[in-house]
Amino acid sequence: MSTDLYTHPDYYNMDDLLSDEHKLIRDTARAWVKQNVSPIIEDYYERADFPKQIIPGLGEIGAFGPYIPTEYGGPGLDQISYGLIMQELERCDSGLRSTSSVQSSLVMYPIWKYGSEEQKQKFLPKLASGEFLGCFGLTEPDHGSNPGGMITNFKDMGDHYLLNGAKMWISNAPLSDVAVVWAKNEEGRIHGLLVEKGMEGFSAPEMHGKLSLRASITGELIFNDVKVPKENLLPGRSGLGAPLSCLDSARYGIAWGALGAAMDCYDQALRYSKERIQFGVPIGAFQLTQKKLAEMITEITKAQLLTFRLGQLRNDGKATSAQISMAKRNNVEIALNIAREARQILGGMGITNEYSIMRHMANLESVVTYEGTHDIHLLITGMDVTGIPSFTREAPDLSKMK
Amino acid sequence: MKFLVCISKVPDTTSKIDFTDNNSKFNEAGVQFIVNPYDEWYALVRALELKESLGGSVTTITVGPATDEPIIRKALAIGADNAVRINAEPGDAYFTAHQIAEYAKANAFDVVLTGKETINYNGSQIGGMVAELMGTPYISLATKMDLNGNTATLEKEMVGGVEIVEVNTPFVLSAAKGMAEQRIPNMRGIMAARTKPLEVIEPVPCDDLTSFVSFELPPEKSEVKLVDADNIGELVNLLHNEAKVI
Repeated sequence: MSTDLYTHPDYYNMDDLLSDEHKLIRDTARAWVKQNVSPIIEDYYERADFPKQIIPGLGEIGAFGPYIPTEYGGPGLDQISYGLIMQELERCDSGLRSTSSVQSSLVMYPIWKYGSEEQKQKFLPKLASGEFLGCFGLTEPDHGSNPGGMITNFKDMGDHYLLNGAKMWISNAPLSDVAVVWAKNEEGRIHGLLVEKGMEGFSAPEMHGKLSLRASITGELIFNDVKVPKENLLPGRSGLGAPLSCLDSARYGIAWGALGAAMDCYDQALRYSKERIQFGVPIGAFQLTQKKLAEMITEITKAQLLTFRLGQLRNDGKATSAQISMAKRNNVEIALNIAREARQILGGMGITNEYSIMRHMANLESVVTYEGTHDIHLLITGMDVTGIPSFTREAPDLSKMK
Repeated sequence: MKFLVCISKVPDTTSKIDFTDNNSKFNEAGVQFIVNPYDEWYALVRALELKESLGGSVTTITVGPATDEPIIRKALAIGADNAVRINAEPGDAYFTAHQIAEYAKANAFDVVLTGKETINYNGSQIGGMVAELMGTPYISLATKMDLNGNTATLEKEMVGGVEIVEVNTPFVLSAAKGMAEQRIPNMRGIMAARTKPLEVIEPVPCDDLTSFVSFELPPEKSEVKLVDADNIGELVNLLHNEAKVI
């Protein structure tokens, strides 16, 4: 890969809205990525390998649980700092951001919000430093957009729980020290259980053959009569709302991250359009190239404003799940479109691994599907504005119609 | 061992450069600022390494307005213990050196470090002037420094070799590439920088000895002429008659 020359587009002077500390955090993450990940990412991606050696570094730049309070080993930053770090990571590779946002929002967040004091003390500092890696088990082979239909279950055996079932498409799973697993109890109520590496009957085989997110590791979680100690149940919350609140946090990080991927594609396309000469002039002189670039920066600027405002709402504890859905959906969509347009500006060079655009494009095909598919997020917005859920073919519940 | 590291704010290397006030002032609008890389990567990091192995303290000093504080916080995030900002718009190199020397003399530092130059004005004047004003030795363009008690051994690159110098503290040095490796701050450092002391001191009276009359941008690069490898005669002709270099 050629030298990483990335600078972020800032058409509406968004930097003026950031504090000096926000900028220092962002620039630190960027410098770390350029030094440690950019030079190796294409190689790991091509070999479908996860660069494990960068895990402690991710801990050092605060990428694991940026908003976790200092008493649990986190940096205690605000939501905009979290977003900026995710943006810098996905600017390099969506897999890098996936590893970090899973650890932050899907593992540390539920332990912090719903865990016991002992669970927090035991897991959060090690997850913050990267000594531990974690994963989140919600999706099952037959239950993706409909997680409430899950089959994974546990029985109360008196002095422990007995866990059975399987989870699929789980980021970080094969390397995880702890899995936050969502399963139904005997009454059909969903609870979170902390399943630790080495527990008898628990395995996490790697899934192969992904043509997207190749530099991130994905696996299954298989539970075959796993004895889970009672103190490993998350006591603070039960029901589908518990895992969905974690997804809110993760989707918020994805909204920032996808914007990072879009900004990287635009940055490369803009630079290339000024360097590539055809018919005796830089291709940026052609109206059709300018149209692409102008539309890209317009969409990026709109997404920057949307995302920053969402960050303010998250900081105030006022962001709704539906607002987060809109940002996730919009930003991934514009990132995919921008990746495709940027690829065209780079012509044949755009399909090579000299540039990150094609890798971003392939990665974003996962991002547009995971953590709520593109369509499901649209239905969430539709439900939010009408008050009528339309997720199933059954007659809709009109009781909350607006 | 007390180290004082001079930290200067400079435009990011990708900034577009232009001027205002009849081309006598740099136009800061829309420019991203960074810590001068020679100050950050080499002077500051080597001071921190020596402090970590020998003990002592690392103070940074910056002559500049409050808008310089973000880059000062970065130096604190990288690991400096405390910072001083002389609250003045820096004039010429003499003014800046005078402020630094006055502070350094009053606070008995063992080693004062600067980068070999700032990447905006490239004057390379501060180190020498500070040393002169303090009445201490000055080692310029040092690529290596070790300390043994009060004696420092420094290396500086020369054409075709290396010069090794010994000097007793206190002294001033300017740091060049090779002195240390860039350090990226970690989150712990960024958090610690929030509460590290940043003292603001008013400047001592001092007049500039020089003033900027005007700046000019370098001429635009002319177009490249490609000469066919078989046509050496034309190449010689162009070099002789057009470029006039042979």
